[in-house]
Amino acid sequence: MRVVLAEDSVLLREGLIRLLGSAGMHVVAAAADAGELLRAVDEHEPDLVVTDVRMPPSHTDEGLRAALVLRRQRPTLAILVLSQYVEERYATQLLSTATSGIGYLLKDRVADVTEFLDALRRVAAGGTALDPEVVAQLLLRRHSDPLDRLTRREREVLSLIAEGRSNAGIAEALVISESAVGKHINNIFTKLDLSGADKDHRRVLAVLRFLKV
Amino acid sequence: MTSTELTTPWERISAHWSARTWLRTAHLVTGLAVALPGAAVILGLVAAAVMLVWTVVVPVVALLLLFGVVRLLTRLQRSRFSAFLGTDIPPVPPRRLSRNPLRRLAEEARTWSAWRRLSYHLLTPLINGMGAVTVVGVWSGGLVTAAFAVRTWTAGETWHTAAFVLVSGVLLVIGPWLARGFTLLDVIAAEALLGPSVSDQLVRRVETLRESRAEVVDAADAERRRIERDLHDGTQQRLVSLAMNLGMARATLTDLPEPAHQVIVQAHEEAKLALKELRDFVRGLHPAVLNDQGLDAALSGLAARAPLPVRLDVDMPERVSPTVEAVAFFVVSEALTNIAKHAQASEAEVTVGRRDGRLQLAVFDDGLGGADPSRGSGLRGLAQRVGSVDGILIVDSPVGGPTTIRVELPCA
Repeated sequence: MRVVLAEDSVLLREGLIRLLGSAGMHVVAAAADAGELLRAVDEHEPDLVVTDVRMPPSHTDEGLRAALVLRRQRPTLAILVLSQYVEERYATQLLSTATSGIGYLLKDRVADVTEFLDALRRVAAGGTALDPEVVAQLLLRRHSDPLDRLTRREREVLSLIAEGRSNAGIAEALVISESAVGKHINNIFTKLDLSGADKDHRRVLAVLRFLKV
Repeated sequence: MTSTELTTPWERISAHWSARTWLRTAHLVTGLAVALPGAAVILGLVAAAVMLVWTVVVPVVALLLLFGVVRLLTRLQRSRFSAFLGTDIPPVPPRRLSRNPLRRLAEEARTWSAWRRLSYHLLTPLINGMGAVTVVGVWSGGLVTAAFAVRTWTAGETWHTAAFVLVSGVLLVIGPWLARGFTLLDVIAAEALLGPSVSDQLVRRVETLRESRAEVVDAADAERRRIERDLHDGTQQRLVSLAMNLGMARATLTDLPEPAHQVIVQAHEEAKLALKELRDFVRGLHPAVLNDQGLDAALSGLAARAPLPVRLDVDMPERVSPTVEAVAFFVVSEALTNIAKHAQASEAEVTVGRRDGRLQLAVFDDGLGGADPSRGSGLRGLAQRVGSVDGILIVDSPVGGPTTIRVELPCA
């Protein structure tokens, strides 16, 4: 897998290159600011972009804006945004482009190496990786709507779907059986009036409704 | 008016007729020369305005001229005080006046200091007139009697000579005292009437205080942002890197002896905890999203994090100053924390809008009420922060609820 990395802290950049390398990913270019990132993507055509939000020269949300630009130019490019703080606003901006091949994680998650690499692979494969903290923010915000009808467990399941986990992943996270997860998901679909035929499609719709994007 | 210490009798006597005495005399004489025509012009203009009041135009022109004359005379008097006495009459803070003559007239007429100056120019002919006549009279009297003394002495009239010498001596001695007394009177009148009044001084003081306070508040705010940036660019990245390396060690070095592995696991967990604590701290310092995307985005993050449902309505078409944004953010953050801690509310509502150049902010909750800014440091801290930018904080919180906190912040 070919990765372009954008991170202005040299220390962290080198660490990430080593981490990704150890997982068999190939970092083809490492950029220190948003302009460099855009050029590197043009040049190397990577499978995945990992970018910081705050980068020089303005040290504001440059990385995020670069991600949105890349998303518009190449809708199939997988992008993982890392941020010191996760803000719902950034998440909704990112997700408004599409919900596949998108990740938005707190930088701290890098420390949990296996989970982080897992999220990376999920995003690269066209899945989603939303930070639990963002999901929690969004969950707390949505109260007076059909989501109210969900039980606590169903809500937990839905937020894990929103994080981008598979049924097996959800079962593992909640320490329940996979068939129980399937049951919960069916209940969620019913309660959210999602009675379509295609299961994966309904999954995305449920997440979209959940995130209100 | 100050004088150095005089010790010997000769120094006292010579000081009596020193340069300062002659300058004082000159001050009084020129004072009369300036003040008499000045007062005449003032009285003439007033008389013209009163007598021709029915023409409307004449009084307006006369009064405009009057204020102009007053300004001119004031400048002249100031230069006189500084030339002869070395006394600087402090200037009245200037006001910006309208170009429209009628409005300008009204503005001038409303300013108290213009009338004070006018009264000085009417009063000073009396002081200077009396002073000049008396002092010049005493000096000449002294010289004339001295001349008589010489004459009587040449004529051999010893008794007369003694009397004239005595009178002349007394006159020449009291001359400087009189000059000093009258100039002192003039200085007192000028400082009281030409200088800034107490309210002028207070106005100026308030202005400088407001400016310096705004600078202090802005500086403190900039400092918070700088600390946030430094921590973000330095310490936080370093900690992430450390935690990542420990995470890698934990994941790969599985064949280490158990105690060593335990140490790595512990260090990893500690690093992650430190990272989280630092993150919470830095976010409280100054949220980056507030800089990047403004109040709306920062507040929605706050509302989302609050442990109770918060309805948020932000109507701010354009950004306001970073300091005001920071205060508004702080108010909502603190208010929501208070609500979560004490109010036992089931929901809260935050509205932010801009009206008449002021940011209007309201935080409502349906909780227990009874919040009182005079107790509890949270609300007092809010009031202080709001006060630091001349904002207003109103807390309406009857016992039993609900509670509304209203804040108005100037945006200019």
